[in-house]
Amino acid sequence: MDLVTFGVQLLNAIQYGMVLFLVASGLTLVFGILGVINLAHGAFYMLGAYLAYWIAAYTGSFWIAMVAGVAIAFVVGLVLENVFIRRLYGRDHLVQVLLSFGLILVIDEAREILFGKDVHSVAPPAWLSGSIQLTDNLSYPVYRLAICGFCLIVAALIFLVITRTKIGMIVRAGAENREMTRVLGIKFDVVNRYVFAVGIALAALGGIVIAPISTVFPGMGDGMLILSFVVVVLGGIGSVAGAAVGALLIGLTDTFGKVFFPSVSSILIYVLMAAVLLWRPNGILGRREV
Amino acid sequence: MSSRLIVSRRTLLTGAAGAATLAVAPGLRAPAIAQNAPLKVGLMLPYTGTYAKLGKFIDDGFRLYVEQKGGKLGGREIAFVQVDDESKPEAATDNMNRLVGREKADVVIGTVHSGVAMAMVKVARDTKTLMIIPNAGANDATGPACAPNIFRSSFSNWQTTFPMGKVLADAGIKNVATITWRYTAGSEMIDAFAENFTKHGGKIAEKMTVPFPEVEFQALLTRVATLKPDAVFSFFAGGGAVKFVKDYAAAGLGKTIPLYGAGFLTDGTLAAQGDAANGIRTTLHYADNLDIPANVAFLKAFKEKTGNVGDIYAVQGYDAAALLDAGMTAVGGDDKQRDKMIAAMGAAKIDSPRGPLSFNKAHNPIQNIYLREVRNGRNEMISIAQKDVDDPARGCKLA
Amino acid sequence: MRGWFIPVVLLIAAIALPFAVPTYYVQFVSKAFIMGILAMALNLAVGHGGMVSLCHAAFFGLAGYVLALLSPGYDPASLLLTLPAAMLAAAAAALIIGALALRTRGVYFIMVTLAFGEMLFFLFHDTGIAGGSDGAYVNAKPEITLAGHRLLDLASPTAFYFVVLFFLIATIAVLTMLVQSPFGHALAAARDNERRARSLGFPIYRIRLIAFVVSGAIAGLAGYFAAAQFGFVAPQMLGWHLSATVLVMVLIGGLRSVTGPLIGALVLIVLEEVLKASTDYWKLIEGLIIIVIVLALPGGVRQLWPMIFGERSEEQPAHQAAPTIAEGRNG
Repeated sequence: MDLVTFGVQLLNAIQYGMVLFLVASGLTLVFGILGVINLAHGAFYMLGAYLAYWIAAYTGSFWIAMVAGVAIAFVVGLVLENVFIRRLYGRDHLVQVLLSFGLILVIDEAREILFGKDVHSVAPPAWLSGSIQLTDNLSYPVYRLAICGFCLIVAALIFLVITRTKIGMIVRAGAENREMTRVLGIKFDVVNRYVFAVGIALAALGGIVIAPISTVFPGMGDGMLILSFVVVVLGGIGSVAGAAVGALLIGLTDTFGKVFFPSVSSILIYVLMAAVLLWRPNGILGRREV
Repeated sequence: MSSRLIVSRRTLLTGAAGAATLAVAPGLRAPAIAQNAPLKVGLMLPYTGTYAKLGKFIDDGFRLYVEQKGGKLGGREIAFVQVDDESKPEAATDNMNRLVGREKADVVIGTVHSGVAMAMVKVARDTKTLMIIPNAGANDATGPACAPNIFRSSFSNWQTTFPMGKVLADAGIKNVATITWRYTAGSEMIDAFAENFTKHGGKIAEKMTVPFPEVEFQALLTRVATLKPDAVFSFFAGGGAVKFVKDYAAAGLGKTIPLYGAGFLTDGTLAAQGDAANGIRTTLHYADNLDIPANVAFLKAFKEKTGNVGDIYAVQGYDAAALLDAGMTAVGGDDKQRDKMIAAMGAAKIDSPRGPLSFNKAHNPIQNIYLREVRNGRNEMISIAQKDVDDPARGCKLA
Repeated sequence: MRGWFIPVVLLIAAIALPFAVPTYYVQFVSKAFIMGILAMALNLAVGHGGMVSLCHAAFFGLAGYVLALLSPGYDPASLLLTLPAAMLAAAAAALIIGALALRTRGVYFIMVTLAFGEMLFFLFHDTGIAGGSDGAYVNAKPEITLAGHRLLDLASPTAFYFVVLFFLIATIAVLTMLVQSPFGHALAAARDNERRARSLGFPIYRIRLIAFVVSGAIAGLAGYFAAAQFGFVAPQMLGWHLSATVLVMVLIGGLRSVTGPLIGALVLIVLEEVLKASTDYWKLIEGLIIIVIVLALPGGVRQLWPMIFGERSEEQPAHQAAPTIAEGRNG
């Protein structure tokens, strides 16, 4: 593998990792702050992609689809938190697992009723639909580069909010020690609601962003859910920085695994996870004890 | 665990049989039924999921033929039972058992997905149920798993791509990289191509695969650019085919390394692929502009019935009914004369919309394979890649 | 006397069943019993051990694959050879996954079991082992032969039903003995209050691991017969959707009894059959039913708390945490 090809594959890896981060950051936030394990996270990723397809088909604009899709997901998140998730705080994880599993079934069927079960493709915005010539015979789609840039901006925003704002402080405190924060009199109900909605919106945003380079299909949320879990386990629950590290590690492992060990590439990320668990049971950037 | 059974009364009533007879002579209907209960045809097809459209077209094709025969095959009325297989192999045995065990279907037509079809074949062998496969191309179905009561109206995977090996070698292409999903259909199609291509002096640069049904091809496209083969030969279908052809074009590879494929790469997907598909050459047992009387008549009738433009899947469904008709006609509608019926089906010569169609000892079609090129948003025929291609039926004890 | 009455009636009904209903329903009940065995196996880990596992489908499917791989072409395999092999394979997988996963607690444990289960799924899905994503076939059902005589042939649905019934009863017996043994009490003690159990000198890690392995092996028993019944194995048998569905069965049936999950399995499977036959949107209704069950059983499963947050009780976020622990101690 020459240097240029290596560079291109590295780009592939980073771009893949970026999208993973977008989705997994929502999952890790929801767990870290709310203490709720949400198996339906992947379903919202799938829902985001379908919303992107549906709104883009009606309005002809990918940007409208993106904004509207995220807004819809956010509102759905607020409603769900209020109706269901609120009842899960402090309940044991088995209940959370099963409730979110029930939600998956409901969301899947709702998607089928609303959008059908066909596979769709979504066109990227016109000015991002070209390609850049990278080597003598290989071009790189501009949209993929744009994803990298976009995810970097979102990641930066998340970090800014968490490290520089009061909300971020509560979020950090909550992830460190929920009891302590509660004792300090932080209003959790409101924070919880918005954190959950943001988490859902991030999952949907991931689905929307990926829609033009992936196809939109019913089972797409499943694979992403498992990958997000692996990212969170690798990085450490509740740690957004950990999610970034985990996502990039998986992007690298998966991309180079496909090139060098094609027949076992999908197993490699789990081998990586097992290794990290042996080394640091609570994730690379996780707290020592949970 | 997750499958659905659709057996509504409406399905039965609006089935071709009921509709046609009612329209012709409502008063004369009762005695015919009294003599003979309708032949129950179980349609086990994907009515939802990735292959939903394929299932629908096979279903429409089958019903169109039965309708054209006045709702009867060999003088016997036809009733339908539908099961949605959702293309889920894990639910296939369960679904098939329901169809055969609970619904008592006399004949089963199914299905698109090879894994599901093989599970169905298994049950059909155990229960000696007459079965016609209207799409799934798994070589094994008319290979090691072949049986007298199992027919196929579509193709074997081997059959569709084997002729392409010689086509590429004759075009002076020496070095080919292949790319497909890592599952049976993919490897069988690629292997058949490679078998013929290397026989004619070609060399396979690298066989690349992605897990089924993954659609992230970027890493492998980068690999293709490094390998610089003379051409790429590929097999994908449905959403994966759309994605692959678009990604291949977006990566700029099409300009220097021509893309060839199994026919499914560009079949039923052209609208979504758009310009990216232009110029791609594939082989299949059908072409959109096949100018033979049977095809012209079929496309016209299909359009009238469904409002859709017929395709190979509709043809396969149509021919499955024609094949069943050959058997039912030979026994005058009495499907209990099993041996005679099967012999007649095996010897059937069908004037199919795809061209002349007959069957080998393993009950796989013998048919022409066409070389097509994507032009004007259609798969237009260039030539017959190989006439009367007969699958070798490796491992079949009937052959 | 009274305590025996209901089980005996049920047993007689179960024995009479194949002679009273059509073959399809005999197969249907066999399938439900197999899922019941799987649910009871899972409950040893979840209900009795406090380990919420999302990878039991992987043990189930793995055992099925062992049967498929050991079946010689189109001839029947020997039950006495392949069944122990399948259960051993499932137990070995449970040992490795359990050893790693039990290093973690609570939600990590769930995520890690989920991820390792999916790893096994991908192992069969993406590599060429046994047909990849297409699955593999068990062409002839296993049999027991002795000196050339066929003692038992599972090809007959009735014979298959009775073999499954036998193993169902055996599973109930083994699990009941295990739960009531000193080992079972130690396992429950570790679940209710890990710190106290540890201070009492129980080797908690080892106890949990043994329970996890036994649970995995019995899940393998169920998977073996599922593969034999359907004659087909596919990677989806190992997928986490099945694990979650079985968890639902466990929850419906109740976490603290041995046979509860069996009832849960029967209820859910009959429910699915009825819903599928009556509506296109059965998943929607099933999902809503699951949500209602989960929300309508407040505290029904909170015995699991101590395992979830382990020894760091001060980290428990909710006001409910403390009373739960207290109840656990009392119980």
